[in-house]
Amino acid sequence: MIDYLWLLIALPLLGALTLILFGKHIGEPASGWLASALVVIPFLIAAALTVPFLNGAESETVFLFSWIPVIGANASLLWDPLSALMTLVVTGVGGLIHVYSVGYMHGDPRYPRFFAYMNFFIASMLTLVLADNFALMFVGWELVGLSSYLLISFWFVKPSAAAAGKKAFIVNRIGDWGFLIALMMIFAAFGTLDFAIVFAEAHGVLSVGLATAITLMLFIGATGKSAQLPLYVWLPDAMEGPTPVSALIHAATMVTAGVYMIARTAVLFEMAPISLAIVATVGALTAIFAATLAVGQRDIKRVLAYSTISQLGYMVMAVGLTAFTAGIFHLMTHAFFKALLFLGAGSVIHAMSDEQDMWKMGGLRKYVPITFVTMAVGWLAISGLFPLAGFWSKDEILASAFAKGGFFLILWGIGVVTALITAFYMTRLIILTFFGDKRWDEGVHPHESPWTMTIPLIVLALLSAIAGLWNTPVRLGLEHFLEPVFGDIHQVHPAGGLTVWALALISLAMVVIGILIAYGRYGRGDLPNEEGGYWTAALEGYGIDNFYGKVIVLPGKTISTWLAMVFDTKVVDGVVNGLAYGVRAFGSSMRVLQTGWVRSYGAAIVAGSLGVILWLLLQGGAF
Amino acid sequence: MIVMADVTVTVGWYMILAAVLFSMGAAGVLLRRNALVMFMSVELMLNSVNLTFIAAGNELGLVEGQVAALFVMVVAAAEVTVGLAILVAVFRRRSTANVDLLSELKG
Repeated sequence: MIDYLWLLIALPLLGALTLILFGKHIGEPASGWLASALVVIPFLIAAALTVPFLNGAESETVFLFSWIPVIGANASLLWDPLSALMTLVVTGVGGLIHVYSVGYMHGDPRYPRFFAYMNFFIASMLTLVLADNFALMFVGWELVGLSSYLLISFWFVKPSAAAAGKKAFIVNRIGDWGFLIALMMIFAAFGTLDFAIVFAEAHGVLSVGLATAITLMLFIGATGKSAQLPLYVWLPDAMEGPTPVSALIHAATMVTAGVYMIARTAVLFEMAPISLAIVATVGALTAIFAATLAVGQRDIKRVLAYSTISQLGYMVMAVGLTAFTAGIFHLMTHAFFKALLFLGAGSVIHAMSDEQDMWKMGGLRKYVPITFVTMAVGWLAISGLFPLAGFWSKDEILASAFAKGGFFLILWGIGVVTALITAFYMTRLIILTFFGDKRWDEGVHPHESPWTMTIPLIVLALLSAIAGLWNTPVRLGLEHFLEPVFGDIHQVHPAGGLTVWALALISLAMVVIGILIAYGRYGRGDLPNEEGGYWTAALEGYGIDNFYGKVIVLPGKTISTWLAMVFDTKVVDGVVNGLAYGVRAFGSSMRVLQTGWVRSYGAAIVAGSLGVILWLLLQGGAF
Repeated sequence: MIVMADVTVTVGWYMILAAVLFSMGAAGVLLRRNALVMFMSVELMLNSVNLTFIAAGNELGLVEGQVAALFVMVVAAAEVTVGLAILVAVFRRRSTANVDLLSELKG
């Protein structure tokens, strides 16, 4: 059975190739269904392959073919509970989003191409997840960046979409640079990039300093891909892509790659307490920073984008606390409820004929009942209301921070406040969209989406509701499932007994307070005036983009312009042209010798011969 | 060595004769403008060299001198063939064999 593992990557890749070459002939909606099938089938294969792990089967490595054996990099796949879980999330949520896209992308002139890119993304993401060495993981890492770029700028006719795609790609490159440096350091230290060897020998080979350097470089990679401070700026702009893309790539799967990578390299991070503290702090700061930005957005997708950054902050904080299971747990539940929220938002946008401004919505619950109910589940799940998914996963992270104590109590406090803000902005989103008066323009006729879009919503809503029950303080199902991966790692665990429930009560109280404040502000008749001061600043992302523009982009452009206009034309061209002028001048001076008269050449030959003879005679001592 | 009356003709005589012939040839090549005469002068130079080879070979008792002379004759025949062909072609176009007028490749 494990022999079929390669199909997980091959099938979506086949779909991408087929749709790129023959998409026009396959047409709509057949190409959408083909693409969906080529994600759902890998999901079924992955599910079948995961079953043995429930019975305590061993992890397996499947060697496909030799790639660069000398650096320990082969096309070889690692099948352990962690990669299995990631694969199930990617193909499961990905499959649902493919089905959703069949309806959502209806009528798009480049319909088959969209699904080609989506399938390509799935193949890339599975390469990243299943790789058994850093090199192959890096290949997947770059390919998901490429497919992200292609999908963000899918509607490239819009200049803002093209710019957003470029921005995502370039900002990610900064992170990729860190990742690449880390790979070089790992290779220099171990002489191989094979996970198994690196993790087995890490304690013997690495000093704490070297481990810290490597992990910090890896973390730079994670901040790019997982949109953490300070490299988060690409994600809000990535909302220019079609909504299913936002749901799949920029909420559920690709952006969690950084968290997955840190969890995968847990052995290295464990050796570097300073790196871990930095990771946890950056995560917590990102969580609260992005949450405060989410509060002030008017665009429904941008609220969710900042919310995603904030939730990724929770995950990064979790892995920084060495609560790897909690981080992966939140990764999974977040994939469910954030994909649900994005798809719900897409359904709303669809219903409103492409309106994204929440101030032009309102009162939609009667018009799109299924979307409303499912999104309400997502709202309560992300807010962390008992007993929905977000409650269990987020509280495990917070309780882990509390259990670690000391400095990490501050992070716990930040996390709790973020929970309050999260509940507030999500309630704001729901009320502005579904409750209150109709604020939409004349001529908009909201309608419920087709079944291809609502079925995925319903499935995701069910998952968002129940997925949390897999890992509760009473029954640590996921913890047990991931035991083979993190068994040797010293993870921090929430304190047992009453403490964990007391902490849960505190964050639950925060959630309720957040919801009540939002209700008090938006839920009773007239909406507050949200202009000026904080609100303007939040809409502009606190001017961070502007700041980066002035401090990094502008100097970069100035230097590049100078290099292109002055250095290149004067110095580089000057050297090349100067060389040419020199050669030409020398040639001109030699031209006089070329008289064109045969007899002068003859004279030169004779003179030369006489010279040689004379020289030989002199050498021979004739005179 | 050939003995004639009381004069002994040594190999040096041959060398001197060859040098004289060679110089005449070279002077012809350099001073005459007619391509045909220049060719004849070149032939003179080649044959003076042949004379050197043969005389030296005879003096040293080696057969290589004659071998080299045969080679030179063969190459000279080939060279003349090509050279005269060029000459004929030039003469047809220009109605002259004056090499000083053929200076298009002047730098």
